[in-house]
Amino acid sequence: MADFLFEIGLEEVPARMIASAQAELATRVEALLGRERLLEEGSLVTSYSTPRRLAVVVTGVRTQQPDAVEEMLGPSLKVAYKDGEPTPAAAAFAKKAGVSLSELKTVTNAKGEYLGATVTRPGKAAVEVIAAELPKEIAGVYWAKNMYWRAGKPERFVRPVKWMIALLGEAVVPVEFAGVSAGNTTRGHRILFGAEAITIARPAEYLAALEKAFVLADVAVRRQKIRKALDAVTRTVSGARWREDLELVETVTHLTEWPYVVLGSFETGYLELPEEVLVTVMRDHQKYFAVEDAGGKLAAHFLTVLNIEPDAEGLEIIRTGNERVLSARFNDARFFWEFDQKTTLVNRMENLKHVTFQKDLGSYFAKAERVRKVAAELVRLCEERKTDADAAALDQAATIAKTDLTCELVKEFTELQGVVGGLYARAQGLSEAVALAVYDQYLPASMEDAVPRTVEGLLLSISDKADTIGGMFGLGLEPTGSKDPFGLRRAANGIVKMLAEAKLPLLLSEIAGLGSEHSATATKVEQFFTERVEFYLKDVKGYAYDVVKAVQSAGADDVPDAVARAQAVTEVRGSEDFAAISAAFKRMKNILTQAREKGENAAWTPDFLVEPAERTLAEESGRLAAWVEGQRREKQYVEALQTIATLRPHVDAFFDKVMVMAPEARLRAARLGLLNRVLQDFSRIADFSEIVAAG
Amino acid sequence: MPFVANGKEALTFQELLFRLQSFWAERGCVLQQPYDVEVGAGTMSPDTFLRVLGPKPVCIAYAQPSRRPADGRYGENPNRLYKHTQFQVILKPPPADVQEVYLDSLRAIGIDLKKHDLKFEEDNWEWPVGGAWGVGWQMMLDGQEITQFTYFQQCGGLDLEPMCGEITYGLERIAQFLQGVDSIYDIVWAIEPDTGKQTTYGEIRLYEEEQYSTYSFDYADVNKLWEHLNAYEAECLALLDASKGMPELESLKAQRRFPVLGAYELALKCSHVFNLLDARGAISVTERVGVMARIRTLVVGVAKAYAQQQELTAPAEALPA
Repeated sequence: MADFLFEIGLEEVPARMIASAQAELATRVEALLGRERLLEEGSLVTSYSTPRRLAVVVTGVRTQQPDAVEEMLGPSLKVAYKDGEPTPAAAAFAKKAGVSLSELKTVTNAKGEYLGATVTRPGKAAVEVIAAELPKEIAGVYWAKNMYWRAGKPERFVRPVKWMIALLGEAVVPVEFAGVSAGNTTRGHRILFGAEAITIARPAEYLAALEKAFVLADVAVRRQKIRKALDAVTRTVSGARWREDLELVETVTHLTEWPYVVLGSFETGYLELPEEVLVTVMRDHQKYFAVEDAGGKLAAHFLTVLNIEPDAEGLEIIRTGNERVLSARFNDARFFWEFDQKTTLVNRMENLKHVTFQKDLGSYFAKAERVRKVAAELVRLCEERKTDADAAALDQAATIAKTDLTCELVKEFTELQGVVGGLYARAQGLSEAVALAVYDQYLPASMEDAVPRTVEGLLLSISDKADTIGGMFGLGLEPTGSKDPFGLRRAANGIVKMLAEAKLPLLLSEIAGLGSEHSATATKVEQFFTERVEFYLKDVKGYAYDVVKAVQSAGADDVPDAVARAQAVTEVRGSEDFAAISAAFKRMKNILTQAREKGENAAWTPDFLVEPAERTLAEESGRLAAWVEGQRREKQYVEALQTIATLRPHVDAFFDKVMVMAPEARLRAARLGLLNRVLQDFSRIADFSEIVAAG
Repeated sequence: MPFVANGKEALTFQELLFRLQSFWAERGCVLQQPYDVEVGAGTMSPDTFLRVLGPKPVCIAYAQPSRRPADGRYGENPNRLYKHTQFQVILKPPPADVQEVYLDSLRAIGIDLKKHDLKFEEDNWEWPVGGAWGVGWQMMLDGQEITQFTYFQQCGGLDLEPMCGEITYGLERIAQFLQGVDSIYDIVWAIEPDTGKQTTYGEIRLYEEEQYSTYSFDYADVNKLWEHLNAYEAECLALLDASKGMPELESLKAQRRFPVLGAYELALKCSHVFNLLDARGAISVTERVGVMARIRTLVVGVAKAYAQQQELTAPAEALPA
């Protein structure tokens, strides 16, 4: 029993790749030790990383594999012995098993009698096994982008390998990878400690030895240290808070071995620039945390996370250095802002003629014209359906939506497209409705993202996305498999999410039709939307697979309505009556399908029904159908489903007493007609035959 | 002779260049002069772009004025230039401790790494037009990118064997950083030893920035530029076409003399004219991809012709195992 430590030392690994590689290496090491029977009960696996290393520590590792006893099965006795003499087949099997012929036994199984052998394989030393197997696991770690570095050598890895530690207890495991032999030495912080090797005598000393050398190898500890330091440093400014930013915390955690936080400031004059621009510069370009005052407004400060703990003089140098860089960046942004104002968005329309949207679909100018038409139609439909929107503002927003693509600020900070257009619209005196719609036009960018804040914004976003999807589909550029170069799935997901969450009174078929030039394309787009509704209900809202199928079978053109029906089915599906009804409906459907295949007729001829049970079912279902239809129109779906469930005793009685496939044709047709009628009447909310009975 | 800037000793612009040149010369680099055809980066000089091809080891360093017409700002922006200066180092193959050597080069130009924050942040350089890419880092010093460090993997669409290390220092940025000045134009370029008289970057280069920006944005004749582009391209293509006959040439001498380098210069001319057209706003988004593909054909074609010429005329020696 010993602890096992493996560390691979690398030139700085990209921050975005570290977490998954660390987890994968730990999984691989654990799987290897498990596979090789080297893990004791209750052994623990922990993993560490910094930009320059990935490490795994496993407690409770056996130093020797236990012997393995294996039962081998050989040829059948018929083949193994001829006239009582062993054949070459028997000899070959004995050789393979490593035993003499006399040690072979007879095994009887379902297939007959066979030769067998009990083989004991002596366990190997763990050091030997790990040295042989671990290099394959290292080589197998996935990297989003890797490189080669040794001349004429095949291995590819994220960055050159500099050193490795492989220790089982105090013994070095002779692992070889990429020309590096594992030993028992690691390296500390590049600058604070220097290049000297640090000897690790046994795995338990690993973390503490590194900490002495200014390396915090435990990611959780480093993350916590950064958060606490951000808090502490921010407290030096009264009332200030740093803007929470989980992603940035992760990034700086994986960029540092010995983090230290510094607060810097910038001229308050820059606060005249919009927060969005300032925060983008700080966050995306400089990896700085933004600071806000007690009122939540941006303050003229920033926080940067260093990979060094400097002395007082160094601290000042680093602070002023970072302040100078940020100031230059803000200065650029201000220059672009002011330069952009020389030409208003409205006057940039002409320029859009020279910006290609897609070579076969023309310029952004042409796109704007199409989007305006779609938007106008959607506004009209909304108005008809008692949802108010400012048609004039929407039209203006659709006209200038893409003009910010010609602005310097967007060319510099592409992630601000749309946002900049909205800010410029406001600065240039356009109405707030226009500014907000332009600002929000790219929302939602993901399923976690908010939808546009205003009806105009929603309609602009939907129109723009519908035009893109319709245009691409018209050219045969649909997404295939995992390939979706134009982000059409994301766009369609966005449309579905907007309809669902803003409860807009628009049908997917209408949107598909408006965005497509031909009806054939519209049909394809509609089918595409249907898939996205399924994705939304299942993966985003978490409704069960069968519920989604049942709801979609009854139609999902009206997205908010489909969500309401899925919710209702989910609520009632647990009740006993409902489960029984679902099962009965499935049975009806099967009977009808089979009858149809045989060419049977189904006719609604209730007068021909003879049994009391079936006459009752016909009457009761007719009476309830009227109720259910009323509730359905009022969108009282839960009530409607409960009403349907009350049909259960009549359905049960019917199946108890009545044989549907009666000998005489007219009665058969009448019974099939009854079932058909029941299914038709009660499947408008969801097709209950799709509901899978709970185990 | 360092002078005092920002309360501490700092190098002038030309001392910075001297130090880097000496540092890398002491580590075995051949110092080359800047290349005399317009390029956008030190990588595009044949001393990098062509020397990285083939098996022959290379250790070379040079300053390279790099022109980027669209970055011109008429000399009015303190941080952006039409033409900036890169110091380019090519190490083929790089030594195993190349990162440490790089850190030593920073110490050599007066940076006390204990008093600064240095980070290696992922930045995978690529030049699609040259079929060239690598993986590496942007070196961030106190929040400022001062160097691009690349392990070159492919060039001209060809795998590099051996792989090359490329270190590109941005001289203006580093000088600004060392001297603590807010504007590039305030960098002290040189100090007269006898009188202490300072010459600034602005005195040497401002008029160039003003005039080159004006030419690229306002005066360059778009129709003429297209004509230049087409003419350079046609001549380059003709040479590339002729290069296919290199193996059949009558002598080793004739093969050695085939002007692949001439074709490369024509390709670079095309690239620069393209950048001028771009600065003039004469290239629409649609055309852009097409023109870039045309230039890529030239640049990648030259790389392949060069590699072929090397094989024909200098058979690869066996690499030490």
